Amino acid sequence: MPGQESLALHAICDHSCIDIRPCIAPDTKGITLSLLEILVKRLLLGLATLLFVSVLVFLGTEILPGDVANAILGQGATPELIAQIRERLGLNEPLHVRYLVWLSNFVTGDFGSSLANGADIGTEINRRASNTIILAGCTALLAVPLSILLGLACAIKPGGLIDRVITSLSLALISLPDFLVAVVLVTIFAIKLRWLPAIASIRPSYEFFDWVRILILPVAGLTFTILAHMVRMTRSAVLNVLTSPAIEMAILKGVPRRRLLLRHALPNAFGPIINVVALNLAYLISGVVVIETLFNFPGLGRYMVEAVTNRDVPVVQTCAMIFCCVYVVLNMTADILSIMANPRVRYQK
Amino acid sequence: MPDPDFLLQVCNLDVSVQNKNGRKHKIVDDISFNVSPGQVIALIGESGSGKTTISLGCMGYTRPGCHISAGSVQLGDTQVLEQPLPKLQQLRGKEITYVAQSAAASFNSAMKIDAQITEIPVITGAMSRKQALEKAKQLYRALELPDPETIGTRYPHQVSGGQLQRLMAAMAMISGPRLLILDEPTTALDVTTQIEVLYSFKRLIKENDTAAIYVTHDLSLVAQVADHILVLKDGKQVEYGPTSQIISDPKHEYTKALIAAAHLMPSKISTPDISTQTPPLLQVENVTAGYGPKQQSIALRGINLSIQQGETVGVIGESGSGKTTLGRLISGLMSPKSGRIHLNGQRLKHHVSKRSRNDLKQIQFAFQMADVALNPRQRLNKILGRPMMFYRGLSQKDATNEVSRLLERVDLPTDFAWRFPPELSGGQRQRVNLARALAAQPKLIICDEITSALDTIVAQQILDLLEDLQDDLGVSYMFITHDIATVSKIADRIAVMRHGKIVTQGPVDQILTPPCHEYTNLLLNSVPEMRTDWLDEAVVERRKLMTALGDKRET
Repeated sequence: MPGQESLALHAICDHSCIDIRPCIAPDTKGITLSLLEILVKRLLLGLATLLFVSVLVFLGTEILPGDVANAILGQGATPELIAQIRERLGLNEPLHVRYLVWLSNFVTGDFGSSLANGADIGTEINRRASNTIILAGCTALLAVPLSILLGLACAIKPGGLIDRVITSLSLALISLPDFLVAVVLVTIFAIKLRWLPAIASIRPSYEFFDWVRILILPVAGLTFTILAHMVRMTRSAVLNVLTSPAIEMAILKGVPRRRLLLRHALPNAFGPIINVVALNLAYLISGVVVIETLFNFPGLGRYMVEAVTNRDVPVVQTCAMIFCCVYVVLNMTADILSIMANPRVRYQK
Repeated sequence: MPDPDFLLQVCNLDVSVQNKNGRKHKIVDDISFNVSPGQVIALIGESGSGKTTISLGCMGYTRPGCHISAGSVQLGDTQVLEQPLPKLQQLRGKEITYVAQSAAASFNSAMKIDAQITEIPVITGAMSRKQALEKAKQLYRALELPDPETIGTRYPHQVSGGQLQRLMAAMAMISGPRLLILDEPTTALDVTTQIEVLYSFKRLIKENDTAAIYVTHDLSLVAQVADHILVLKDGKQVEYGPTSQIISDPKHEYTKALIAAAHLMPSKISTPDISTQTPPLLQVENVTAGYGPKQQSIALRGINLSIQQGETVGVIGESGSGKTTLGRLISGLMSPKSGRIHLNGQRLKHHVSKRSRNDLKQIQFAFQMADVALNPRQRLNKILGRPMMFYRGLSQKDATNEVSRLLERVDLPTDFAWRFPPELSGGQRQRVNLARALAAQPKLIICDEITSALDTIVAQQILDLLEDLQDDLGVSYMFITHDIATVSKIADRIAVMRHGKIVTQGPVDQILTPPCHEYTNLLLNSVPEMRTDWLDEAVVERRKLMTALGDKRET
């Protein structure tokens, strides 16, 4: 039927969402920056952001109420002991000196030692980071392809049954906080059905299969929290591209619907999709903190939460900096990738 | 009743749209026509006349919201409208192909040109990738594209608009279609490029014995390519006949009006009475300006121009010649790098934010796109009243009275004051756009391509209005356009711009009657004439002129 595809397009127009144009290079009329210049600019900007963030993290932990020396000594604090500890920790130096010492130590990988138990923070971070990377990595590997597929499935027939089911489910999931999703999952699969463990603590004796068993619930919890955004964004980015004259041309060329979506529409929607994927991966990190605590998973997130309760300032600072770095780097990568995805920037006249 | 002589038979085609209340409204009403192999039929009409809708309907496609409500389209033995979607897709790639109005928007910016041109034959298995590429290169050569071996390996943004339009023709021709649909294929191009592209299309159609539907609003262009013409108005057929008959002996009043308003050079250019006052109303002295950091990329170089009280100065040039930049400089929307601008002998501050309210009042700007320039959420009373209150200090009540007078002045009903811009037609909006500039009672209005987006008949009415207003109010115009035919009708003096410089300027009759500057010749040569053999001569002449200009710019 000739009317068929136009009906689909009609539905698209009704759904006209936010205006997402394929990312255009910063192009002041007449002067186009070369790809290299754009990349270098973006990298410098990323570094500047990190530096700014480091100041915030440092100041943030500085203005926390209470004195570190006090916190260490607890009830046995005498004024002499406090003065001694302050001296040893360098707390008597002016603020900017302490900041610079702290920053240079951080950059060279010397994170200092924990105030709570005197252990070297670096070693602990190493152990915990690999756990977190496994958790976050599994989530990303599952969630990103899944959400792009689901988003495309919605875009094939906007307003159709598949689209309605997926969009309303993802809307519901967006509205639920991650800890609630996780608690519901635990209640169903660990407590009622007893299929999976409710606690994801790790023993050295664990084999691959044990890892899979303990990871399923945390990964599922994290996936649900980040999936919805990506699905909705993929859907609207692709639909937005589908209303362009280039797509009408492809329809009039007789390009089949599947190819129209995958070959013609999707590449033009990459810019916004990459950005929302990166944002959500970065969001994973805050999700990780919640989920790790809930499942008692020995990763960076729980480490930080423990440190906060112990007033273990160096650990909090280090973890916060690491999370911020990941956040900034992910966003920077997204920007760079979406710039690269635009052939107008890659190949100039 | 299939007739073997005809390739395409369109019978009683109706296309309807459904409005929000569910009521149906026909936008194409009972259209019938036939096309024989190797013949070209032109669908002519103003915007909204349904010409594109009909041509898309021939492919079994309708834009969102429309549907074909009656009639039949038969291509050879196939009933196009009765085919299921997969069959239709095969038909579209192979038998009927389409060349869109704006190639720049219609090519996929994320795919290389070759991949898009060879896509259909390759995915349908009609050709191997290698065969298809070979065929594409043949077409590039036939269309006289530069670097036929490598042009396809580029992305769409890496080639010029004229080249893209021809590449789109290559895309349409690669499967050897029986019917080619050309939807305003040259409208988006510069005038001097347009004739080359038109010439390529004409040759391609002839050599391949393809039937074609040519959709356009420009009657003079059609005379060059079409065998038959179907004139449309509001979705209905007005007149249908052989090209020669329609042009030389139009029966219907509307066709006559279309011909009268066609983009032609006037047969005689009247000598303007030039009066020189000192100081002139506006004087631009040695202005240089550019874009980018520190205006490094120069868009204008050493511009000298003066405008007298009550005269019209036409500034013409192609896209990128700097004509709009000049208008923006004078109005203060951007600052020059060097040079001076005087108004009534007083030096003007460069930027609009530094000019006094009185200086601002004297120079007003009328933008090309009235629908974009007017706030869609404000009633005309507010749009027109605000500049009166701002510049002339009128009270709200006086402004409202003045708005009615102004609307009458631009031939609009006074009750329009309470309407919103989207409720108006394109021509009416352009009148409001002019009225908004007039509301400040300026000495000079900068008109930036104000007639280019309008249909020919409406554009002519706007030009008449401009002249009336000038006679009554003594206002001066700086009329920026790419259309030398329009400017020759309205301007007293003209300045021809190219690559950021004024190549020649003077009274209109001196500039446009031979001997002219070579570039003026090229522009003049690009204005179509209403005779069928014009195109072939013009192309030959154009190539000579291009060589004379020593221009290596690709077309």
